Formats: sequence, C-alpha cells, structure tokens
Amino acid sequence: MNVVVCVKQIPDPAEPGALNPDHTLKRDGKLILDESDSYGVEMALQLVDTAGEGEVTLVSMAPNSETSGLRTALAMGAAKAVLVSDEALKGAGALDSAKVLAAAIKRVEGADLILAATESSDGYTGTVPEQIAAVLDLPSITFAKHIEIADGTVKVQRQTEAGYDECECPLPAVVSVTAGVVEPRYPSFKGIMAAKSKPVDEVKVADLGLDAGIVGWAGAGQEIVDVSAAPEREAGEVIEDDGEAYTKIVEFLDGLKVL
Amino acid sequence: MALSKIWVHAEAVDGKVANITLEMLAKARELGDTVECFYAGPDADAIAATVGAHGATTLHSTGDLNGGLIGVHLGAAVAEAVGSAAPDLIMFGTTQDGRDTAARLSVKLDKPVLTNNSGISVDGDAIVVETQIFGGTQIVKTKFAAGGPALAVFRPKSFVAEESGGGAASVAELTVPDVGAAGAAKIVDRHVEESTGPKLDEAAIVVSGGRGLGDAEKYQIIEDLAKALKGAPGASRAIVDAGWVPYSYQVGQTGKVVKPTVYIAAGISGATQHMVGMKGSKNIIAINKDPEAPIFSIADLGVVGDVHKVLPKLLEALQSR
Ligand SMILES: Cc1cc2nc3c(=O)[nH]c(=O)nc-3n(C[C@H](O)[C@H](O)[C@H](O)COP(=O)(O)OP(=O)(O)OC[C@H]3O[C@@H](n4cnc5c(N)ncnc54)[C@H](O)[C@@H]3O)c2cc1C
Ligand SMILES: Nc1ncnc2c1ncn2[C@@H]1O[C@H](COP(=O)(O)O)[C@@H](O)[C@H]1O
Repeated sequence: MNVVVCVKQIPDPAEPGALNPDHTLKRDGKLILDESDSYGVEMALQLVDTAGEGEVTLVSMAPNSETSGLRTALAMGAAKAVLVSDEALKGAGALDSAKVLAAAIKRVEGADLILAATESSDGYTGTVPEQIAAVLDLPSITFAKHIEIADGTVKVQRQTEAGYDECECPLPAVVSVTAGVVEPRYPSFKGIMAAKSKPVDEVKVADLGLDAGIVGWAGAGQEIVDVSAAPEREAGEVIEDDGEAYTKIVEFLDGLKVL
Repeated sequence: MALSKIWVHAEAVDGKVANITLEMLAKARELGDTVECFYAGPDADAIAATVGAHGATTLHSTGDLNGGLIGVHLGAAVAEAVGSAAPDLIMFGTTQDGRDTAARLSVKLDKPVLTNNSGISVDGDAIVVETQIFGGTQIVKTKFAAGGPALAVFRPKSFVAEESGGGAASVAELTVPDVGAAGAAKIVDRHVEESTGPKLDEAAIVVSGGRGLGDAEKYQIIEDLAKALKGAPGASRAIVDAGWVPYSYQVGQTGKVVKPTVYIAAGISGATQHMVGMKGSKNIIAINKDPEAPIFSIADLGVVGDVHKVLPKLLEALQSR
C-alpha cells in the first residue's frame, strides 16, 4: 500500500496575510505544513499501518526550496518527499498547480492512492485534487471523512449536505480528505531527528517535462485588475453582563419584530 | 455589454432545485441574453419547471447517473457540448459536485477556473469576478484572460434568487461520453441525518455555539434557543471537529454561508474563517466572556459575559413569552 499525500506549505495562517505589489500572495517568510493537509498525512500513515506494508510519499510545490512543512510531515512518519520548487511557478493558478503536482506524482513509483485535502487554508480553491485526478485520468472521491482499503478498492464516506454517501472505487484513485476527521499525531523526538535525513527529491518544472511558460503566472489565464478594502461592518453596542444582559437581548430581538 | 450565452450548473437536493442554483440564475439573467442550465440527476422535468421559472430556457440533462459521481461525468459531458454551444460563461456553486464538475471541466477545456467568487460583472468584453480574501476584509477583482468559456465558482448567498415568471425550460439531452476508468467511483449507499426545523441556510434566525460552551452536553441550550426562536442551530468548526455536532451545522468558509435576519454567536471567538460565513447577517448578537474577542467588532449587540449565565436566562425569558 503506497500512498502519496499532496501537502501544501503555506505562510502561518496565524500571521496576517499580505499581498505582493503584483497582487499575488506573499509567501516569502517561513512556511509551515498546512493544517488541512496534516489530516491527509495522518490518514495515509494509518492506511499504510493497517495494510502492514508500503510507505507514504509527500508531494509539494513551494517556492524557495522550502522544506519546513515537509519536515513536519516526514517527522510524523512519511518516508520521503518530492518537492517542486521553481521561480517560474510564482503565481501559478489551481489548474497549473494540478498539472505540476500530477507530473510530480508520476515520479513516485507504484502509488496506489493519492490523498489531498478538500481545500487548503490559504488558497481554498477546493479544485486542485479533482484537477489532479483529471490530469492523471484517475477516478476520484472528494470530501472523504472516512477511508478504508480492502482488496484493491477504496471505500469512502463522502460528506454531503445532509449526511454522507458511501462511495467505492478501484485503486489507483485520488481522494480528498475533509479537515478534522482524524487526530494528526505529534511528531516524536525520534521522528523529528529521523526526518532530517529523509530524502527530499527537489525538481524543477523542466525536470517534469512541463513548459515553464505555460504553468506560471504568465499562463494562468487570469489577471487581477483591482484589490480594495471591503466595506466594513460597524461594531454596535457592547455591554457587560451584570446578570440582566439577557433582557437587552430580548429587547433587541423585540425591536426587530422577530419574536 | 451583455454576454450572449451563460450556462449555469443546476443542482437539486431531494428533487428540489438548490438555492445556490436559483441565486446564480438571477445574476445570469442580468448578465446574459440567453441563460441555460446543465444538470446530472433524476427528475429533469421537475427541475426544468423550476429553473424555467427563474429564467433558464433550456435544461441540458444527462439523466440519472445511477450512482456515478457527478463531477467526472458532467464535466466530460459539458466539455463535449460546449464545442458547439459555446457559452461565454459557465457558473457553478461552491458545493461538492459544483467544485468537482468545474475542476474536471477545467482540465478537459484547459481553461482556468476561478473559485470562491461573491460577485461578477461584465466590463466591455471582459468578465470580472470578485473574491473576498483575508476573512472578507479585502475584495480582489480578477479578469478572465484566457478566452471563453470563463469558468467561475460562486459562494452561496452571493446573489438574491428571484423568479422571472418564465415557463418550464425545454429539456435537451446532454450526452455523457465514455470516461473510462476515471468514472469508476460509485455511490453505493446514502445516509441522511435527520433534521427538524428550518434549514440552517434558510432560517431567519440562527443561533450558533462555539468552543466557549465548554463541552458537548452544553450545546443543548443552543438547540433549545433556536427552537424557541423558530430558528436553526449552527456551530463553529471547532466544535464540529470536536464531534459535538455534525458537519451540517458548521457556519463559515468551509461550512455554510448564512445571511439571517439575526445571527447569535455564543462562545465563538470570531475567527476570520467563521466570520466570512455569517458577516452578511442583517443583525449580529455576540456573547463572549472575552471583551477582546474579534466577534465584537462586527456585532450590533455584544454581551461580555458567561454563556452559562446569560443563555439560560435568555431561554427562560423567551419561553415564558
Ligand atoms: C482552512 C480553514 C477553514 C476553516 N473553516 C472554518 C469554518 O468554516 N467555520 C468556522 O467556524 N471555523 C473555521 N475554521 C476554524 C477557525 O479558524 C477557528 O479555529 C474556529 O472558528 C474557532 O471556533 P470557536 O470560536 O468556537 O473556538 P475558539 O476560537 O476557541 O473560541 C472560543 C471563544 O469562547 C469564549 N468563551 C470561553 N468560555 C466562555 C464562556 N463561559 N462564556 C462565553 N464565552 C466563552 C472565548 O473567549 C473564545 O472567544 C477554519 C480554519 C481553517 C484553517
Ligand atoms: N502547492 C501545492 N503543493 C502540494 N499540494 C497542494 C498544492 N496546492 C494544492 N495542493 C493540494 O490540494 C489541496 C487543496 O488545495 P486548494 O485546491 O488550493 O484548496 C491542498 O490541501 C493540497 O492537498
């Protein structure tokens, strides 16, 4: 059972976000493993563990040869990683990212299952995993909250508006995992030490047989024309509860004639 | 200048056309001369009647997919069809199947898809979409520059649904080509969680609880308040992830977008990802023990206090009316 997990390395969401002058997202500080992807890593480790054989390989596309997020996932227990880092990818859109990631996934031999998050924390397009499946011409199941593998088939509980659908699909396949569905393990000290020497195969766009002119910002087929502040919502009255604040709420609702 | 043709992804839940579809149809009518829908699922005639009443003239329908997942099949079908039909713009909702279909289609057509939009306009012959970033504090306008069709995915509640008074749309067959192994995923069973009362994204009043409630049992008072107010209970992701309530309760970026008359946030800090899902509410009441909680910056009435003290008294007062 070999599982590839797509992991995005992103600016810390706890820090306020900022844009470059060309309106692309600033990504030059230290990057961390996207929390959304930590669930996929955990899920993959559990599936390999249950299968009793195989390994977890990470695939990531990030600027400046960034590996800090990868090291976190390697410390959790992934065996190795493929990193695509290329100046030409600055500002790549979702479709371009998917083409690049798909090509990187192809470098990993014998991948039975490819996992990603349903959406990343900084881009949240929620289209990349399904686009990867389309580029690789593989079946896919998105919004998984539970995954099981048996006899070459992946069984998934797929989140829906009103509950979930039980889905099945022969391997190889792409599955996207919703956040919060497993408890990502904390890397152990031993894991952190081991991660330092785990192999990270760093490649450029050209190594993947792709044309850098097509997958970067220049080829993204979109142009930001304006960035402006959204109209702000004014704060209203703030009161301290003195034991009677509930009457204020009732009055407020009364005033709106909703009672 | 108006666009000549727009296609809108029609989705249905339990045979009823989804609100997001009707919202997009209202906007599409404003922007395009001809508006058509495409759809994968059963009951095409009933769907055609509703989308027709909201301005679509044709429903391109694949019919029931018999357990096949929508994205891969509908994406391939639309890719084949647009060759001849060539809409300028194809609109999708931010739903599971909407995103899947847009993603598959974008690869087939080799066109970018722009997601998370909350607005759209036509400027000369350019299509420009609006996206909120950084928790809705900034709005980015992006122009499609790759030639048509433009693929755009919209957040629910971005537009207001409105009937146009049109007759039923005519149903046209949309052929699904053979997608080979890529189409092998199947739905084998469906599980629907029981729910009573108004739906979260339709209720006039939403009462949401967060981690500040302390533990799962304490959520009951949120349900009781929602019931007393004839509203719907909601939640922050923190307590959905913790397993206190199902995902269908979640309000926010990765949950539902709500715009009720009144939104009550109890024990919710007001993370940007929560706020993008409820900021559009007409009135916001927040109860939080931390006077610095970000939620107060958007609340019309903020109560600095303990939910365990304020909520029981509020419930009692409402129930005794
Ligand atoms: C990619 C991504 C997507 C996300 N999507 C969503 C989403 O869709 N929806 C969402 O909600 N979140 C989402 N989040 C999570 C979000 O960032 C926050 O973590 C979450 O909203 C916090 O939930 P909370 O306010 O309940 O908990 P906390 O942030 O822990 O806040 C609890 C609040 O309760 C208050 N409190 C504690 N005790 C009491 C008491 N006794 N009485 C009154 N107040 C009390 C505290 O002062 C605090 O303000 C997302 C995060 C990421 C990274
Ligand atoms: N640059 C990237 N590197 C690795 N994985 C990515 C990248 N971009 C997207 N993904 C994967 O696709 C998921 C969804 O991303 P998005 O479509 O941007 O919301 C992410 O959580 C990752 O699993």
